[in-house]
Amino acid sequence: MVAARMLAGPARAAPAEARALLERLTAGRARSGRIRLGVAEIVENGNLVPVTLAVDSPMTEADHVRRLYLVAERNPQALAASFTFTPLGGKAEVQVRVRLMESQTVFAVAEMSDGSLWIAEKSVQVTVGGCTGSG
Amino acid sequence: MSSGINPRVRLPERVRKGEVIEIRTVVSHPMESGQRRDAEGRLVPRRILNRFTCHLGEALVFEAKLEPAIAANPFISFHMRAEASGQLVFAWTDDDGTVHRLERALTVT
Repeated sequence: MVAARMLAGPARAAPAEARALLERLTAGRARSGRIRLGVAEIVENGNLVPVTLAVDSPMTEADHVRRLYLVAERNPQALAASFTFTPLGGKAEVQVRVRLMESQTVFAVAEMSDGSLWIAEKSVQVTVGGCTGSG
Repeated sequence: MSSGINPRVRLPERVRKGEVIEIRTVVSHPMESGQRRDAEGRLVPRRILNRFTCHLGEALVFEAKLEPAIAANPFISFHMRAEASGQLVFAWTDDDGTVHRLERALTVT
């Protein structure tokens, strides 16, 4: 039941591998907010799902986003991508296209330069799953 | 530069000092997830681009570690605060160890 105490909300309901990953990334102290996780609520093709991640940060030496993780809880491997930002970036926003195996909750976790951790999640309905088919 | 992965980078044409610009990149690559089966039912071995970096000169601007969840022909868009002109160096690392590099001059006015 330690896991249940460490994670809040939808992360608690994630499959075991994703839950362990989220526990590690959030260190049990991530707060909700500061991340915009842009992904469609319903996607036809799980092989090509555009995702935009944006973190509210001034991106200065003193105050910037260090790392940002994208987690797809019901993919064969839950970690989808890890991003490293520097103040040179000026803006903590990234777009990628991912595969989603099935309908699931997608999570983003951000680690700031002050050590604070933030989490956001969004539920995505997938009509035809990705990963195992061609493309 | 090896086998047609054909990296492409799109930068704004005019960049003013201090402006935050979007950098869009895409490469041709199957991003074979290691989960897919061929016509005979055998798993097709994983082969992906597992790392992308963008440096301005020696300084890291942005890095992405990619996993098999990233779709084929990976597209990555990110941002940079353009304070000075310099050489942008983009690099994609394949599972087979190959590093695909692309350089572009950034001119800030």
